[in-house]
Amino acid sequence: MPLPPPQGLYDPALERDACGLGFVADMRRPATHEVVGMGLEILRRLAHRGAAGSDPLSSDGAGILIQIPHAHFERTLAHEGIELPLEGDYGVAQCFLSQDPDARAAEMRVLEEAVRHHNQKVIGWRKVPIDEQQVGPLARDSMPRFKQLFIGRMCPTEIFERTLFMIRKRAGRRASDAGLPSFYIASLSSRTVVYKGLALPERLDSFYLDLTVDETRSKLALVHSRFSTNTFPTWERAHPYRRIAHNGEINTLRGNQTWMAAREPLLASKVFGEHLADFKPIIRPGGSDSASLDNLVDFLVAGGRSLPHVMMMLVPEAWEGQPEMPAERRAFYEYHASLVEPWDGPAALLFTDGKYVGATLDRNGLRPMKYVVTRSGFVVAASELGVVDFEVDDILEKGRLQPGRMLLVDLVRGRIVGDEEAKRQVVAQEPYAQWLADNKLDLAAVPTMEAPAPLSTEWRRRRMRASGYTREDLKMLLAPMATAGEEPVGSMGNDAPLAVLSERPQSLFRYFKQQFAQVTNPPIDPIREKLVMTLTSCVGGEGNLLAETPRQCRLLELTQPVLTSPELAKITGGALQDFPVRVLDMLFEATTSDAGDALERALVHLCAEAERAVDEGATLLVLSDRGADAAHAAIPSLLATSAVHHGLARAGKRMRAGLVVETADVREVADLALLVGYGAGAVNPYLALEIIDALDVDVPREARAKHYVTALGKGLLKVMSKMGISCLSSYQGAQIFEAVGIGRAAVDRWFPGTASPIGGIGLPEIAHEALLRHAVGFDEHVDETGADEDALDVGGTYAWRVGGERHLWSPKTVASLQKAARLHDAASYADYARAINDQGDAPFTLRGCWDLVFAKEPIAIEEVEPVTSIVRRFATGAMSFGSISKEAHENLAIAMNRIGGKSNSGEGGEDEARFLPLPNGDSRRSAIKQVASARFGVTAHYLVNADELQIKIAQGAKPGEGGQLPGHKVDEQIARVRHSVPGVTLISPPPHHDIYSIEDLAQLVFDLKSVNPTARVSVKLVSEKGVGTIAAGVAKAHADAIHIAGHDGGTGASPLSSIQHAGGPWELGLAETHQVLALNGLRDRVRLQVDGQLKTGRDVAFAALLGADEFGFATAPLVASGCVMMRKCHLNTCPVGIATQDPVLRARFQGTPEHVINYLFFVAEELRELMARMGYRTIDSMVGHADRIVPRALNHPKAPTLDFSNVLMRAQAAGGAHAPDRGDLVDTPTDEALLDGARLSLKYGEPTTMQIALTNADRAFGARLAGEVARKYGGAGLPDGTIVVEATGTAGQSFGAFATRGTLLVLEGDANDYVGKGLSGGVLAIRPPARASYKAADNVIVGNTCLYGATAGKAFLAGRAGERFAVRNSGAIAVIEGVGDHACEYMTGGTVVVLGATGRNFAAGMSGGLAYVLDDDQTMASRTNKTTVALDELVAADKETLRALIEEHVAHTRSAQGRSVLSTWARRRFVKVVPHEWRRVLEMRKVG
Amino acid sequence: MGDPKGFLRVPRAEEEERPVGERVLDWREVVVPASEEDVRAQASRCMDCGIPFCHQGCPLANLIPEWNDLAYHGRFDEAARRLLATNNFPEVTGRVCPAPCESSCVLAMRDEPVTIKTIERTLADHARASGFLSPVIAAAITGKRVAVVGSGPAGLAAAQQLARAGHEVVVFERADRIGGLLRYGIPDFKLEKGLLDERVAQMRAEGVVFRMGVSVGLDVRAEQLLHEFDAVALTIGSRAPRDLPIAGRELRGVHFAMEYLTQQNRRVAGDAVDAARAILATGKRVVVIGGGDTGSDCVGTAVRQGAATVTQLELMPKPALVRMPTNPWPEWPLVLRTSSSQEEGADRDWSVSTRAFRGKGGRVAGIEAVRVVLEKGSMKAVPGSELSIPCELVLLAMGFVGPERGGLVDQLGLALDGRGNVRTDASGTTNVPGVFAGGDAARGQSLVVWAIADGRRIATGIEAWLRRPAMARAANA
Repeated sequence: MPLPPPQGLYDPALERDACGLGFVADMRRPATHEVVGMGLEILRRLAHRGAAGSDPLSSDGAGILIQIPHAHFERTLAHEGIELPLEGDYGVAQCFLSQDPDARAAEMRVLEEAVRHHNQKVIGWRKVPIDEQQVGPLARDSMPRFKQLFIGRMCPTEIFERTLFMIRKRAGRRASDAGLPSFYIASLSSRTVVYKGLALPERLDSFYLDLTVDETRSKLALVHSRFSTNTFPTWERAHPYRRIAHNGEINTLRGNQTWMAAREPLLASKVFGEHLADFKPIIRPGGSDSASLDNLVDFLVAGGRSLPHVMMMLVPEAWEGQPEMPAERRAFYEYHASLVEPWDGPAALLFTDGKYVGATLDRNGLRPMKYVVTRSGFVVAASELGVVDFEVDDILEKGRLQPGRMLLVDLVRGRIVGDEEAKRQVVAQEPYAQWLADNKLDLAAVPTMEAPAPLSTEWRRRRMRASGYTREDLKMLLAPMATAGEEPVGSMGNDAPLAVLSERPQSLFRYFKQQFAQVTNPPIDPIREKLVMTLTSCVGGEGNLLAETPRQCRLLELTQPVLTSPELAKITGGALQDFPVRVLDMLFEATTSDAGDALERALVHLCAEAERAVDEGATLLVLSDRGADAAHAAIPSLLATSAVHHGLARAGKRMRAGLVVETADVREVADLALLVGYGAGAVNPYLALEIIDALDVDVPREARAKHYVTALGKGLLKVMSKMGISCLSSYQGAQIFEAVGIGRAAVDRWFPGTASPIGGIGLPEIAHEALLRHAVGFDEHVDETGADEDALDVGGTYAWRVGGERHLWSPKTVASLQKAARLHDAASYADYARAINDQGDAPFTLRGCWDLVFAKEPIAIEEVEPVTSIVRRFATGAMSFGSISKEAHENLAIAMNRIGGKSNSGEGGEDEARFLPLPNGDSRRSAIKQVASARFGVTAHYLVNADELQIKIAQGAKPGEGGQLPGHKVDEQIARVRHSVPGVTLISPPPHHDIYSIEDLAQLVFDLKSVNPTARVSVKLVSEKGVGTIAAGVAKAHADAIHIAGHDGGTGASPLSSIQHAGGPWELGLAETHQVLALNGLRDRVRLQVDGQLKTGRDVAFAALLGADEFGFATAPLVASGCVMMRKCHLNTCPVGIATQDPVLRARFQGTPEHVINYLFFVAEELRELMARMGYRTIDSMVGHADRIVPRALNHPKAPTLDFSNVLMRAQAAGGAHAPDRGDLVDTPTDEALLDGARLSLKYGEPTTMQIALTNADRAFGARLAGEVARKYGGAGLPDGTIVVEATGTAGQSFGAFATRGTLLVLEGDANDYVGKGLSGGVLAIRPPARASYKAADNVIVGNTCLYGATAGKAFLAGRAGERFAVRNSGAIAVIEGVGDHACEYMTGGTVVVLGATGRNFAAGMSGGLAYVLDDDQTMASRTNKTTVALDELVAADKETLRALIEEHVAHTRSAQGRSVLSTWARRRFVKVVPHEWRRVLEMRKVG
Repeated sequence: MGDPKGFLRVPRAEEEERPVGERVLDWREVVVPASEEDVRAQASRCMDCGIPFCHQGCPLANLIPEWNDLAYHGRFDEAARRLLATNNFPEVTGRVCPAPCESSCVLAMRDEPVTIKTIERTLADHARASGFLSPVIAAAITGKRVAVVGSGPAGLAAAQQLARAGHEVVVFERADRIGGLLRYGIPDFKLEKGLLDERVAQMRAEGVVFRMGVSVGLDVRAEQLLHEFDAVALTIGSRAPRDLPIAGRELRGVHFAMEYLTQQNRRVAGDAVDAARAILATGKRVVVIGGGDTGSDCVGTAVRQGAATVTQLELMPKPALVRMPTNPWPEWPLVLRTSSSQEEGADRDWSVSTRAFRGKGGRVAGIEAVRVVLEKGSMKAVPGSELSIPCELVLLAMGFVGPERGGLVDQLGLALDGRGNVRTDASGTTNVPGVFAGGDAARGQSLVVWAIADGRRIATGIEAWLRRPAMARAANA
């Protein structure tokens, strides 16, 4: 079944996938069937990483790639009278063909024609034997016919593979031209063949009968099991592809596709000749990210580069700022950066050409890849350890792939080619360093040219007004950036109208919302993981991607994309040799009666001029609005940039020149991000720079521009990192935005490829708004005698200001709500609700543009479900204890518990005292416990004291970002609850380090359900285009509820640009989620919650009609409790005692539970009245009835252009779903055995010891036990050593997660990712089997992200760990023998001892705890991120502690490394890693 | 906002007043100007609220957080400019405004609000001292003529705005001096009149023509104005006082407050007052009926004139000392206030209804009154609570009922609203094309700050009217 066509808010282009994958290769023996069997075994053991939809027998896809089983083919074809040539002298096309006989015949003819066209021989067709009963009905419905075509070699061997590639391309092109959409070739090679489809991984071989035949032999099996975000997986989307299999997500896909399309016109190849035309588009539209990458890899390999070379150029490791990397290799990467931007992950990639098989990770290394090498000659690489069983003494090495590293197996020579060797061969092919030295242009080296004179004061002011500057912009944006070099921070949500609903002329930038990564791909921390990020890019004209010549790096390198005016002058001044630059005006007639027409003519002219300039040889175009004057208005720079970018691309000329934008309208990060996102290579915000120069601030003028540029750069990194993109070159042109309020026609023409779900304005309105500003700017009557500010508009975007932008929270609404809540005054509530609801012709929100459809015959209000039942669907927002005061936090909890609603702990943990009721019967316990990226206070005890566990993926005010609670807000109590130390800054990372992909989320859901099987698990997402697809994946990951937050949700502290510019309105996200879940048959699996500026019963009515079952309120209950929207939460100065930890201010809190309850009851009562008028008796009966909403006719300059038809489409689904209890998911036999064994300990606290054998399918081992202990014995757990479990084998993910005090889990073997996640007092010991012959300290024993968020307990691990060991540890003590990159990241407490090698970026963002690292070779200094820590000598007390820990390690694990260190104690050198803040706080305590 | 926690460090400091014993001996302002240093400290208390509720309290939309911040940073020049941007006469409001901004200040919720009024006055005085009140000459002359009738705060604000926009403005004032109630209603001890003279001089330089002693309606017919001017702004105030038509009202010694206050202001200004018509409290027992601001002005004036005793009566009950829960912040607090005049020595009594004036030889000798309670919206006498107060002077300060009838209002045929004020739309347009009204004339008796706001508002309305093509204006006219 193909993906459904776009409908409503669903767009098939947004589908995502993820998975488990692996390969096995035999380096020693000839091809065997055993290898195929081992491949299938890997598939079976990774089944939990894949997914199934609503039909349990149809998987999301599974597949295997093997070498051509010549013996098997030869024999079976012989039966049919076909004689095969020798092995290697024929190719096999594995075809998916139509079920329709006529179409199928046509498809076969097409392929045969292509074979003949390329002068090869059609040997014959073979029907691939299958057992279709092995797949479910869903898969059968969409199943193609499987046939193989055998093609005889009629050309030299060395060009046969390329010829087969060309045949495949030609056939694909012809089939598409002939209207044969189902034609697909899974593989066509003389070496490999792919068997893939929608069979469950464990049934793939019973489906494809070839795979079970003994004569099916191979030296290689590469397998993949898929997890997709929909329930319409298609056969061809299963992996492996022809060259690669992929786990993860290509974050940069949109940019990569755009640039690849733009490069096509410049492609030329001798080997392809005129056939090149058959290949275009190189990247087949509609393919997944993996398929797209496969297309390009396939093409470039066929074009002549080696497979490792292609992987290195497309997925380069982080090479900038890596001094230890060989210069030649850096030059290779730098050179190739001028050919192609990175295809950035998160990606674990397997690749093969049948002779080599390899694996590589992208620069971030966020997907796991482990490998085992045996004495018997096998290499197994897979997402997890333990996927193939080997005898312990056969194992030579167990390792993991590190970020950016490559593992290559040469099947022909039977050897492993290491990362160093493989890359050394590739980088030595050409003198790349010399080429760069001869050609690359460095701006710093260009002589200074005369910059344009600064604008006069008068002219500056005119341009400020014409660009829409306000006093607020100066004060809130430019001044902080110029003084502090940081992006300004604000708080609370955005309650001003959407740009398209504002009557004030809006900058075009404001119509675009940044998109961000959630669930299917992680955001990055651009501060703590700066080493993978870069703002460097090259501008200029590019060449032919298929060639490598010195001239191709004749580009201008910029270290960041903001140019000061003197820098731009260097570029335009003519000093760059061989680098012609052309400046083009982006202006349009200001004095015209038809502004839209004038603007359109100007754009068309500009695009034509740009083309002509390129034709005339310009390699750099500068679009400039410097020439604006009374008669000429600036074209909005975003519009001009995108128009030229796409115009040139359409003409096939885009890659011949770079784009620089010189503009007055860029002032903040979001503006810059948009210009770069729509194609600009660099931006000169000349007016902002001049304003800053004239600003009255206490910073030297020369420092200001530097600060401003720095702040823009930091902000841009943040915007990129929100999408998980590391390199500016990958972000450039990637258009990671959605438009809210721009019409389809304008988008298609000027911003093609941008989602614009509700349409909106076109060029006439854009031109009109530009001219309104322009008119103010060039108004002769303005008094310009005062300061710059005096002539500017007040603004009022960021906060309510008299005479400024409208806000829903105004003096009137705040005052009347507070009066209503305090006095239980219905009349005041009515005043409040009227002010919010009756938006008239001045709407704020999308729902403000709509009316409810009332019934002709309303029902009596008595028939509507009572208020007391409605409020049970209400929840308060996730606000951490820390962001708000104890008083305010507990007040909300008590209120919600009294009415049966749910309060949300937020991400700051919760004081255990609150789990018990108060004497008066009130409860301060938050029903919803949040599990956020920092895992503060997330212990087993915390988890079992919840009715709902909410995984916070994103937050409306700053989706894709982390946060930070500054040390001065961390008092004794907060520190205790968060398991840290008072005064120490606490950082929340942008991603969950155990969720980089959808199957990871499924794992976390599994972990949480294991600890607390009775709580439902919800996942909080933020509205953006595509959120419905993500939600479908989340539903398939067995979450019980999905929360959709609007972009306008509140915050205690966020960058202003995030509050304003990221995420979408909840109306869109909710409607899309409901529609897509319904389309996938998943709607009844989950309940939907929504929040984002919900204020009244009418708001709730719209939310229910769009699909929500439950409703969240955050700001309004705070206002009811006394909040007056100070928007000072980030300053800790809240005068009403809410968003502050200052005891003096907290004492001012005046809210009571009654205030909150009064408010919510008023909301529910208002809703009831509306329900009665609409004829609904229950909320369940109205959920999803979007057809009961109609847009209102509005007398408004822009709002009538909106088209809500896709939003208000009623999806075919049962509303009011009640999620089935999926606690049964975690009822695994292993856990049952464990609980049974520990029965007496649980009941009476008696000591127990038991033995158990584990495999990698035993996930979250110990978590259920942890939950039981916590439930029974609370946070204190049992006495140490009460329950001892002696396990053997390879444990699955999350071994020992949340283990509580009193449990000792000893594992002889190894374990996968997330060992000791959330460790809550238990002790873990993992050691290699006694018979193991490999050296433990050199081999991997646990995977990535171990001890994430651990709060207490110990872990002794006799071997190495993967990346991010002890990330966010806040109390556990661990001894380990080697760690990967980013160990001890964000750590706030506990002690980590490393007795071996460490990776890069050790201790990034670490603010508490200690690490002792063996540093015999004294290299720790270079591998430590010293922003927050120092490296110290050990003092006597340290040595004592350390020695004792190592002794304990040896006792638990018999560690050879530990014994060796102890026996050579005097000679060993350790360093102590101490966070600055930790030291300061401890010293203060000593003094105190 | 310079100091987010300033309000925790710096307590509110009210502006200082001269000692009572000293100030009642003269007519100069009671308030001692604050030092700029003190004002900086006070300004640091402003929190630059996300929602500045002070804005809601201020009809002028004064940019309070902005100039507080500038003042805190010692940038008085810019602060003063920012103040002048929304307020034509901050030196007036900084002295006489009851400062609703302060009662709606977020700090007023449970602390003491920012001393916005003191800061305003200080900035205004800084502006005067620094020459910022130099004339603002219109960039271009439009050739349009506008008549402004009445020179109170509404008329002056409208006139100044229109003159600066380049129109030719003529202000007609019935009295001999400019200023309306500012000139003759408010005593000098609250607002020294030299401030008005400065403004008049500034406005003259800006091109405003003042015609004093001209009563439009009598000396100039309304039709003539319509003929000679492109637009007319009526800012004639709400001058008809509320009377107390009870027995003995005709007795000598019973006067409207405005008669009394005007006379004293003339004396302070150096005018000779006819001894026969003089109303003086010297040595008398004085009863002031009415507990509002005008009543207070009467109290302060009587004290300064040397009254033997001053009693001030209010019909309504005595307000609470603190806010009632039903009157929460940021609503205007209905609490007991004591003016500087009341501090100077007045017996105040509440819930008192005056029933008759007792006379002796044609002069008032006392009043007869009774205590009342509010029941179902009307005042009921409390049986047996009768009281009498001997006095020789009674001043009626019970408010105003609307613009004076007859004359101009009738000549123009202006429609009135239910309360007897001129009916206008939001831009100040009346039912007569080209005629605009604002201030107390349209709003009813109110604050100076509202008058200034209205004056600016109708100036904007007139601007829009004048920008319409002549044909359209003529068609409407």
